[in-house]
Order: sequence, then C-alpha cells, then structure tokens
Amino acid sequence: MTIIDDIESRTAPKADKGRVIYRHRIATRITHWTWAIALFFLLFSGLQIFNAHPELYIGKQSGFEFENSVLSMRAMQANDGTVSGYTTIFGRSFDTTGVFGMSGPADNPSYRGFPAWATLPSYQDLSTGRVIHFFFAWFFVAAFLIWFASSLISGHLKRDILPSMADIKALPQSIADHLRFRFHHDGRYNGLQKLAYAGVLLVVFPLIIATGLTMSPGMNAAWPWLLDIFGGRQTARTIHFLCMALLVAFFLIHIFMVVAAGPLNEMRSIITGWYRTDEKKNEEHSA
Amino acid sequence: MSRFIINRRKFLTLAGVAASTVPLSGCDVFDGFLSSQSPVRDFLASANGLTYRAHRALIGADTLAPEFAASEIRQGQRPNGSTDPTDADYLALKDTAFANYRLTVGGLVEKPVSLSLDELRNMPARTQITRHDCVEGWSCIAKWTGVQLSRVLDEAKVKAEARFVVFHCYDSMNLGLQGAVPYYESIDLIDARHPQTILAYGNNDKPLPVANGAPLRVRIERQLGYKMAKYIKGIELVSTLAPFGSGKGGFWEDLGYEWYGGI
Repeated sequence: MTIIDDIESRTAPKADKGRVIYRHRIATRITHWTWAIALFFLLFSGLQIFNAHPELYIGKQSGFEFENSVLSMRAMQANDGTVSGYTTIFGRSFDTTGVFGMSGPADNPSYRGFPAWATLPSYQDLSTGRVIHFFFAWFFVAAFLIWFASSLISGHLKRDILPSMADIKALPQSIADHLRFRFHHDGRYNGLQKLAYAGVLLVVFPLIIATGLTMSPGMNAAWPWLLDIFGGRQTARTIHFLCMALLVAFFLIHIFMVVAAGPLNEMRSIITGWYRTDEKKNEEHSA
Repeated sequence: MSRFIINRRKFLTLAGVAASTVPLSGCDVFDGFLSSQSPVRDFLASANGLTYRAHRALIGADTLAPEFAASEIRQGQRPNGSTDPTDADYLALKDTAFANYRLTVGGLVEKPVSLSLDELRNMPARTQITRHDCVEGWSCIAKWTGVQLSRVLDEAKVKAEARFVVFHCYDSMNLGLQGAVPYYESIDLIDARHPQTILAYGNNDKPLPVANGAPLRVRIERQLGYKMAKYIKGIELVSTLAPFGSGKGGFWEDLGYEWYGGI
C-alpha cells in the first residue's frame, strides 16, 4: 500500500472507492477556519509587535544593566564600518543579514528584527500591529472556548483528541508507519495525530493565551498568580514567542500531511465534514 | 512492501501548495487597509473598546498592581520618549532647580488649586516598587515616591460632570512636518482615584531625574508606560477629550495607539 495506490483508488470506478463518513462536526469546522484566519493575522502582527523591541528575556524585567537576554535580533556595526544583522541566542551570535536584524534592499537596508515580508503592516508600525493582534485575539480565544466546551460535551475530546492506552501502545507502529509514509485512512486519528492535536489544542493554545494575558499590566492586577506561574512578565513574553514558533512548526507539518494524505479529500472533510475512508482497500490488503 | 514514492501528480500538488503561500507571505498586500485613515483599521481598533470594558468588569477599581521587593531593583529606571526637554518654559524651571514650579489643577473642579513641590512633598506620601511596562515590550522595576492623585483631586473638589483627568506636559515631541507637538495624556476617574496612582517626585530614593520626568510625573501602575505623563505642567478635569490634540486623549493616541493602555 503506497501513495500510488491511493491516487489510483481515486481515479478508479466508483464501486472501488472507500466508504464516505461524516468526520468533522460543524463546531470543529467553524473553529478550525476561525483559528486559521485569526492565527494568520496574529502571527504577522505579533512579529510586528516583537520588532518594536526585538529581544527576549528570562525574569520579571528586561536586563539593561544586567544580563538576562535569551534572544535578540539586532543590527551591529563592525570595526570597518560595515553593518550586519545578528541573531543572538543565549549569548551566541549568528550573522543573519537579509532575514533577522537587518533586511531589505542592499542599498537601503532596514534595521529590524523580522523582515518586511513577515510583519503586518510590512513597514514599522507598532500601534497598528497591536490593533490587529488584539482584534484577532478575541476571535482566537472565543473559538477556543467554544471548541473546548462543545468537544467536552460531544465527547470529541475524549474520543478523538486524548490518546487512549491503546493509542500509546500503538505509538511505535504509528511512528514506523509515518516514517514509511504509510497512512491508514479509516477516518480515525492515530496516536501521533492525537498527540499532535492534543499538544496544540490543550497545551500550546492555552499557554499562548495565558502568556498573552500575563503581558497585560491590567491583568497582572486582576490575576497576579499568572506572573507566579510563568516566572515574571518577561519570561511570559518569551514563552509566548516559543508557542508561536511551535504553532508555525505545527502548521508546516499539518499542511505537509494534508498534501501527503490526499488534499482534496482532506479539504472536503474540513469544509463539508464528509471524508472518504480507504476501508475497502484495507480489507483487500489484509485478505 | 512499502516504498517512499511521490508520483508526478503528488509532486505537482505539493509544489502548488508551496507556491500558493508565496503571495501570502508578502504582507504588504494588506498595507492599504492598515493606514491610519483606513476604515478597516478603525473597525479593527473597535476591539479595544471591548478590551477596556472587559478589564473594567474583571479588574476591581482598587485592585493593586503587583509590588516588588527592594532586591528586585537591579538597574536604574530606563527613560523613554522625551528625556531632556528643550522647551523654553521648562528650561527656565530647570535652571532654578524647579523652585518656582507650581502644579495647577483646574477644569471641572470646585476650587482650582496650584501646588508647589514643597506643598506636594508635605502631603501624605506613598512609596511603591513597581514594574514599568513599555508598549515596546520591555519592563523595568523601580521605586516611586509621590502623593496620591486622589488626594490632590480631593483638595480641588472634582465636579460631578468630570469624567477624565488630562495631564498637560512641558515636553514637546517633534513630529516632522507638524513641528513640535506638546505631550499630553488622559485617564478615567477610576484609574485617577486608584491607590497606586501617584504624582511621583522621587525615583529609587532620589529626586525624580530629568530623564524620568522631573519635577513631577504620574504613575498609573495598571497601564503601559506611555500613559504615565512626565514633566507635568497642569491637571485638568474634563467631561470630554475632544478639545485636546486630535481628540483621542493623548499624544500617542493621536498617532494611533489605544487610549486604554491596560494591555
């Protein structure tokens, strides 16, 4: 059973096709697309906000007269007068000219953390970045609360997202299958899928929301325990940034897997809810 | 039995998906919707009103911002914005070590008052070690000493129709074509009467330095740094913010920053 079989099955006569099942409920589909749109704007406006002070720290405050920086993207001038963009991680500097610290046309470079193509707006404008970020943050959080409540009530959370003992035991097999690009399209999530979705939905999403709230001086008065949980406002800002990086990594793998698993069938299921399984083929192979 | 095969069709689909992300990454396609005059931007900014109301509903009027131990003061207070005003009336005050400084409190009050630095220092003082959060993203912990704004407001007896406190400042910010624009800020009466809202004349056990707003700056501990006006000339109680600047309630607000700086 290779990917080629998959393609052939789609072009084969209708009688050979797998069973079509109702895979994604309406709440899953609406929240999925709300997140897709909101996260797009949150990412690029967030990088705009980061660029206003392209440095991350560990602790309650930013060390200007002491050292607690963990990441910075700055333009620096060498002794011979040439300026380069540097990314410094835990004290180790890397020349990242053209992408981080300094980017844009060679004859008129901009000194900025992330380049123009990665920020909204493309030019430096912190206030507009904040306007975009805090608008879409409301939709992101609302979709999360709706998804969590409906998934808890419908059983989606327990049935499809939280890995069962059987999923954990089957993990080695699931990893081996993924490494061979051998996918079972039975409409159920395998152990790795469940772990990925549970990690994003139940760990990274709550974490990125909570660390976002921790950066608000108003929320610090209302819920000071947020600062205690994350070890200070600047650590919360760093965790917020790391969550962003994890979500970007998840997005890339997510898109790759959709393409590898059959983009038309996957897109149909997340838009209409209906998904074609390959159950028949499995039977043939096992026979 | 398993082979890693990506046939031509699969490859083309993959390439198509990859190519479709290229125009998306050119974020300048949105720039037209996000300029300061754009109705789209105004619509997005309306979410800030929701944030303000949510915070007012969630955060008690007198709930304190976190305060820190003296050991957390690990550096001087980092200055930002104006750090050495060159406005003539300010330089005249600075030359005499602010001996002739008077804070005026007017507008919608029963009894307009004018207070010297000594008179302010003789009022009951409050000292707090708090974290200053700049809108840019950095934070700095410092000790602030001053008189609670509520005490000054009580001396002047605020009229019932007053809704906002406006801070007029000595410093101007240069805005290119528009020239020098005087700094000003405003807050609602909830933050004005908050126990930690002080008119600070001391920083880290010393008189407030010029870089941090000498002789008098306001601390509004549940909001961002740009709300905390420095070099305060006078306080005005008002019912509307429309007459000041571009009517958005502050220097940075007129340039597009949100009036409520609690996030």
